[in-house]
Amino acid sequence: MAAMLSIEELTHHFDGLCAVADFSLTVEPGELVGLIGPNGAGKTTIFNLITGVFRISQGRIFFEGQDITRWPSYRITAAGIARTFQNIRLFKDLSVLDNVRLGGFARHGYNIWQALLHSRGFRREEQAWLRQAYELLERFNLTRYADTVARHLPYGEQRRVEMARALISGPRLLLLDEPAAGMNDAESQALIQLIRDMQRDFGLTIILIEHQMRVVMDLCQRVKVLDFGMTIASGPPREVQHDPAVLEAYLGKDGALAE
Amino acid sequence: MAAVMPQRRYLTWGSITLLLALSWVLPESGLLNPYVVQILMYVGINMILTLALNLVNGYMGEFSVGHAGFMAVGAYMSSILTVWVIPPALSFWAFPAVLVAGGLAAAATGLVVAFPSFRTRGDYLAIVTLAFNMIVKSVLENLEILGGPRGFLGMPRLTSLPWVTAWVLLTLYLCRNLVYSNFGRGLMAIREDEVAANLTSVDTRKIKMYAFLISAFFTGVAGGLFAHLLQFINPRSFSILKSTDMLVMVYLGGIGSLTGSLLGATIFTLLLELLRPLGLWRWVVGPLLLVLLMIFRPRGIMGLKESKWFIPRFGAGSRRS
Repeated sequence: MAAMLSIEELTHHFDGLCAVADFSLTVEPGELVGLIGPNGAGKTTIFNLITGVFRISQGRIFFEGQDITRWPSYRITAAGIARTFQNIRLFKDLSVLDNVRLGGFARHGYNIWQALLHSRGFRREEQAWLRQAYELLERFNLTRYADTVARHLPYGEQRRVEMARALISGPRLLLLDEPAAGMNDAESQALIQLIRDMQRDFGLTIILIEHQMRVVMDLCQRVKVLDFGMTIASGPPREVQHDPAVLEAYLGKDGALAE
Repeated sequence: MAAVMPQRRYLTWGSITLLLALSWVLPESGLLNPYVVQILMYVGINMILTLALNLVNGYMGEFSVGHAGFMAVGAYMSSILTVWVIPPALSFWAFPAVLVAGGLAAAATGLVVAFPSFRTRGDYLAIVTLAFNMIVKSVLENLEILGGPRGFLGMPRLTSLPWVTAWVLLTLYLCRNLVYSNFGRGLMAIREDEVAANLTSVDTRKIKMYAFLISAFFTGVAGGLFAHLLQFINPRSFSILKSTDMLVMVYLGGIGSLTGSLLGATIFTLLLELLRPLGLWRWVVGPLLLVLLMIFRPRGIMGLKESKWFIPRFGAGSRRS
């Protein structure tokens, strides 16, 4: 069985500073893999490399057997990798509905001429996507915000809009960048359930960056721990948690704060 | 909802017909004096220019400061056709095709400008279009065959109020259709966050190109209308000052708004006309207005807002299923 995503020996530098060193990861369909590590460990950089935000200078990435290493972002997303962002990146002056609809950009089946003339095919297609967008809004409890400008939405709702926007593109691999950031216990509990449901209902494979250990423990089958761009541990979350290298990375050499 | 739809359709078609009829009857019957008709035609031409520029500067959020260059290309191209190529007897009937040819020439030039500027990100478009405007002007000044700095003349006066009205309506219709489609939403996504747009599968380079070419096309058409209204063009008519006027109209009326474009073009044209007694000082008004707008109301009167009339029923949002 071919892996869904395989990252081979990825290395990335920022002006001589090594952000990611020799990172490899294979993800099988249906898995939920966690990427953890202290701030600045290079986790988000890896997402940016997978989705083509940064140019890859060393290493290769394969998605469903295709070499996507040099692909531009829009093509990677259209191929089935969607993501959310650590600091939410919605289109702030557009309505929630438009934000979500934009996620389906690559799948709209009309060309520029049909759009200019608002042809019959165009209308049919727009209507279909409108329906689909509303189904997702409904699912994420956002229907009443459809016409609201995204910037006026409460924080938690903005996160959900981002997820809806990612899901409408019909991804098979979803990259979640700290979805629980700034959430309290009850909220992150609800988020855990939401991620589980999404994974089941949309048949997703997920890579999750997260700081809240509880979320990671509850969701991930296995995790990779990064520190200064290096992979320092990997395995099931409960084992990794007690790995001396991991404790050192998080708590300093003495591990004075360990439980 | 079903009851509302046909009603609005009749209203729309009714007002279009009425507008076209009035634009023909009023000048013909002498109810409007030629001076007023002339001003109305300027308003119309400026509306086309503003709608076109708003696609790039307003909806897409890039900054083109050299659209007068495209206007020049359209104006000279269409004038060459009517003066040298098309026999005078046919020129009346060939006029729409002549304008389209001018627009296409402008769009082709747009391709040359857009290609290098959209490969890189940031403010390059402003610099490239500024240079482009200057290049067009000095090339025209040095082309003796086109009259050089003295200008080009001999065009028949083919531009009339009905033609201008028809082209305004057509431009408005096509711009509206573009804006309320996936491509239009993609343009606005580029304005908001280009990286995120790419990551939501928007092929930003492609749709930037589309928007720019469509914008250049209509600017070229407006140039053709302008040339066949004045029956005389010279390179100085298409200087940076002209581009500045277009910018003022966009930022006055409102970025990212069709209604705003129409409003901005109307107010600015009439204002300049009223200020005619000021003489040379009149030309200070545009740049000054631009500076003031940028400071106090950067989004303009209708910034990012739209009159309900222009929003297509299925594109709007929540209250339909």
